[in-house]
Amino acid sequence: MDFKLSKEQRDIIRAAAEFAKGEFTERALEFDRSETFDLDLWRAACELGFVGTFISEDYGGAGLGFFEHCLITEEFWAVDPGIGQAVLSTTFGAELIQLFASEEQKHTVLPALVEGQAIIATAITEPEAGSDTSRAASTAVKDGEGWVLNGSKIFTTNGTLAQWVLVFALTDPDNDNRHARHSFFLVPAGSEGLEANKLTGKLGIRASDTAELAFNEVKLDADALVGSEGQGFNQLMAFFNRTRLHICAQAVGLTRAALEESVRHVKGRVQFGQPLAQFQATQFKIAEMATNMRAARNLYYEAAWLVDQGKVDHGLIAMAKWFSAQNAVRAADEALQMHGGYGYFDEYRVQRLYRDAKILEIYEGTKEVEKIIVAGTVLG
Amino acid sequence: MDILVLVKNVPEVAEADLEIEDNQIDLEDLVMGINEWDNYAVEEAVRLAEASGGGVTVMTLGDEEAEDVLRRGLAMGAGRAMHLCDEEFEGSDPATLARAFAAAIGDESYDLILCGVQSSDLGQASTGVLLAQVLNLPFATMAIGIETGEAEITVTRELEANTSERVVLPLPALVTVQSGINQPRYVSIMGIRKVRKMTIGLFEADDLGLDEDQVGEEASQVAGRALALPEVGEGAEMLNGSLDEICGRAVEIIREKGGLS
Repeated sequence: MDFKLSKEQRDIIRAAAEFAKGEFTERALEFDRSETFDLDLWRAACELGFVGTFISEDYGGAGLGFFEHCLITEEFWAVDPGIGQAVLSTTFGAELIQLFASEEQKHTVLPALVEGQAIIATAITEPEAGSDTSRAASTAVKDGEGWVLNGSKIFTTNGTLAQWVLVFALTDPDNDNRHARHSFFLVPAGSEGLEANKLTGKLGIRASDTAELAFNEVKLDADALVGSEGQGFNQLMAFFNRTRLHICAQAVGLTRAALEESVRHVKGRVQFGQPLAQFQATQFKIAEMATNMRAARNLYYEAAWLVDQGKVDHGLIAMAKWFSAQNAVRAADEALQMHGGYGYFDEYRVQRLYRDAKILEIYEGTKEVEKIIVAGTVLG
Repeated sequence: MDILVLVKNVPEVAEADLEIEDNQIDLEDLVMGINEWDNYAVEEAVRLAEASGGGVTVMTLGDEEAEDVLRRGLAMGAGRAMHLCDEEFEGSDPATLARAFAAAIGDESYDLILCGVQSSDLGQASTGVLLAQVLNLPFATMAIGIETGEAEITVTRELEANTSERVVLPLPALVTVQSGINQPRYVSIMGIRKVRKMTIGLFEADDLGLDEDQVGEEASQVAGRALALPEVGEGAEMLNGSLDEICGRAVEIIREKGGLS
């Protein structure tokens, strides 16, 4: 066993950190307050090769692993979660395309994502189908050679910015197996009958676009289907087993930011005649944050490394996702607590971290769903 | 134009808690990285080479970890890297280092050698100019602009009070580069992947034809004796309370110190 990162991996971390510190720091508060983003930052990240590193060289990517994508994610989120999400979520769906799409679909979509020419969104959640994804009711009905799509989606990341939307839709509602009722479709954003509206008022990651989508008699060609009909649910699980790794990296990056802010503050802030860092109550908080962060990182390092080795450990990925997200929420809470009243204001970064953290326990599998998966692998 | 850039791996000390052990900064917990001025020098070299069609070589002297700054230079656009790595070099003063670099350059001919003005850890600001002396090259320091001509370069040098001087040097020459001369590029994933296929030349003192008495402490006339951290003074008084209270207390302090009559 060798716990040391390769030279190349260390270089990737350093490069990602330098870019994020140089470009994100000054813009973070502005984007958070206005719920906007400057897509030039995404384009710059693409030019430097930070976006879609897990995409195969055959489709214009760097051909690196999910592990390396996680390393970049952790560095971006350690500087600012909102911008980190706005930049790196632009490939959310590429994992599924790479696993299941046709060669033509892959060649059409993937190079454009890497080059900063296009963004992909993946529309899964519906108003009445959150964690219970198999209840998704948007329908795709065969119409001659093609399909007709109807329904609505909510909380779709990059829904108003994407050039393509991967839509999870019901194609065989009467199938006895509820996991064989859905299929994925690659839908061009300009399709007639597709309407996207930006949702505002998010608690955190406010630089990142979130939208609701409506599909009204959207006509699709036969080749819009991704992979095999009826395989949507299984594809979704395989997709999450890649993207959840990225959430772990997001969580560890955010935890690191919370820890860094806390350390800086407790060393400088004097109360009752001594720096906060001298109080054992503070020391315990710092010790717990640092230990849990390392534990979370080791969990996701192993889970991501295994996926890159071709061994997808569903339970381990769920453990890593639940633990790292919960830990990020707690770390952000303690960081704000240590900042006292100052931390309650958005001029202090811990306030933003506190708000940004919560989504980690919700999207791409709530912590409850992750625990169900873990329990399932333990109890059988 | 073939350009050589000297780079150094230094600790990032801006926000670090420093400790001294055996008259050296304890590097154990410090993050290492390219010396700031050297980063500008690499960027300048890559730009000049891109414009003229030549190549860039980066060279460092340091331990195994120092290879990091060479890979960075390669990722930024250099085509070749040389690493002088040998415990025998430890304790070298700048003149001895300059002789080691000169030995590594050997018969190779570079049109231009760039160094950072100084290193952020030791701040001697002399290795570059001493190397110019050993190689008998014309040199200019504190460059904030370099323009290339047929067989010469024009260097804009930064002086005090926002004044500057333009000097012309025949090539080959050595220039020490001031921070701010350009906007260094970020290292890209493509650059990092390119380095994967490259080999970094590793050289010990022996390989450079240097004997034991020509390197390290033995060859150096200037020896380090003591390194000291500043003494911790009285802590600053943090003023708390409402704006009025803070201002009131600030006025009181200034008055106490004789700043207000």
